[in-house]
Amino acid sequence: MILALVEHADGKPDRLSLETLTLARRLGAATGEPVEAVLFGDGATAAAGALAGQGVATTHVVEDPRLKAFAPVAWAVSLAQLSTARSPSVVIAAGSDRGNEVIAHLAARTDLPFAANCTDVTAGTPFRLTRQRWAGSLLEDAVLDAGTKLLSVAPHAVAAEEGAGTTAPTVTPFTPTLTDDDLRVAVSRRLEPDRSGVSLTDARVVVGGGRGVGSPEGFGELEELAALLGGAVGVSRVVTSSGWRPHSQQIGQTGLRIAPDLYIACGISGAIQHIVGAKAAKRILAINTDPDAPIMSVADYAVIGDLHQVVPAISAEIRRVRGG
Amino acid sequence: MNILVCVKRVPATGGRILLTADGLDIDTRYLGFTISPHEECAVEEAVRIVEAHGGSSTVMTLGPEVASDQLRDAMAIGIDKAVLLETDGTDWDPIATAAAIVDAIRAQEAEGEPFDLLLFGNEAADTGDFQVGIRVATALGLPVVGGIKAIELADGTVSARREAAGGWEVFDLPLPAVLGVKEGLNLPRYPSVPGRLRAKKKDIARITPTKRPGGPTKERLRLPEGTESTVEVIGTGAAAAPAVVELLTRLGVLGR
Repeated sequence: MILALVEHADGKPDRLSLETLTLARRLGAATGEPVEAVLFGDGATAAAGALAGQGVATTHVVEDPRLKAFAPVAWAVSLAQLSTARSPSVVIAAGSDRGNEVIAHLAARTDLPFAANCTDVTAGTPFRLTRQRWAGSLLEDAVLDAGTKLLSVAPHAVAAEEGAGTTAPTVTPFTPTLTDDDLRVAVSRRLEPDRSGVSLTDARVVVGGGRGVGSPEGFGELEELAALLGGAVGVSRVVTSSGWRPHSQQIGQTGLRIAPDLYIACGISGAIQHIVGAKAAKRILAINTDPDAPIMSVADYAVIGDLHQVVPAISAEIRRVRGG
Repeated sequence: MNILVCVKRVPATGGRILLTADGLDIDTRYLGFTISPHEECAVEEAVRIVEAHGGSSTVMTLGPEVASDQLRDAMAIGIDKAVLLETDGTDWDPIATAAAIVDAIRAQEAEGEPFDLLLFGNEAADTGDFQVGIRVATALGLPVVGGIKAIELADGTVSARREAAGGWEVFDLPLPAVLGVKEGLNLPRYPSVPGRLRAKKKDIARITPTKRPGGPTKERLRLPEGTESTVEVIGTGAAAAPAVVELLTRLGVLGR
């Protein structure tokens, strides 16, 4: 049996968990084992019902009133107890913050190896897998030899597909035995975001600025273009490490992953750590003085020139076209 | 407040990664090395906490002798002590790495220096295993939480925040505790010249750990396929503006 941790919100499995189930089904098809899912927290039963068509045989809904708030150790202990009861050959989760954290706890408690952020897994003795290093700028082929294989699936590395059949899985409650110690680490409270403006991760157009912007004041031109296009401004690492803009706007390995329709990269040379954060953009337009900058090897379109001349000219042209 | 910071030496990769001929490693002949970015912030945070609350800070790394460069970098910005878990420079998997760190922490604490706060990077920039700090905390029986971008200390407790679904999740943990931190926690300072000179003269404690591999085991590295595009240059300088606006229209992002 393959046991997949499914994260959910608003009564639906999230996108990364559907990608995880896709890889889980492929493994199950190769080994002839069924896929079972496990869900935690409020809304788990509703989300379990939404797994019809995902090729899941059984869904375990973990019920404990103390699990209302996310508690990584308690989740891992529950997974360990469920694994003792069900003997899965594989426990797999999304390579999300929570997925990686919970499987790491499970691995630490069971002294099993854990391969994080896999992009491909082939069952066998041992398992052969490919996983991401450098946030996906580099791939590692590795072998995993363990009684139960603990895996997470790199975000957006496996396209989510429907499973065979539309039968809803059997939903069974699972009640773990949790100690106070298991619940010692839990979310105490949530602070809600400031919802002003377009968020970088939702924006259809992102205007990115790098070293070439030159100063905190230089971002005014990028803000203006982003506002005209209903988009958001993002930055490269050098901009946040220079203190020009807050880290919350950083795109890249140590910042955000964006997936806009168009990414306009202004004065960004294109270090791999930045590119991994922007490569999910449908199109990339680079504005750079250097036609040989690394950004050109991933860009679809380029304007060669100084962003401080090009960007205001684009904004002016947009206004002209709109007749304003 | 005694603080331990665990860091990793990683190559400072730039525009593209080159591999060695056998495909087993990154070709680092032309690259510099740095402390993995999340851990640069862990180092800075440890220095700030000791400045504010007193106590002592220790930096620890597992790696070859040259990783002492990164320990000295950490001491140059104000870390008090350094421990090198010296290896032959080959890969240590997360199980082996965590076991060596646990042994070293126990040895350090046996000398009468228990740590109140242990900081790790959420994941190393190169291997991205997302587990060493959690394994160490579990072995030591300490609470741990990852992804942390803000830390507040109170009497005997730490309040740690991480980004989640656009907002923040707050965890309140009793000390001693382990935190996996992320870049953005703070803006690390640059070392001063006197700081560098001081760090040069400081001792580094050296331990030769025993390697106890647990997997996964690397077979080879390779670059992802098909990431390169063919770029179409649509213009030069400000004169390119009409071509850009035409492109925006074609892509359906010009809006009203």
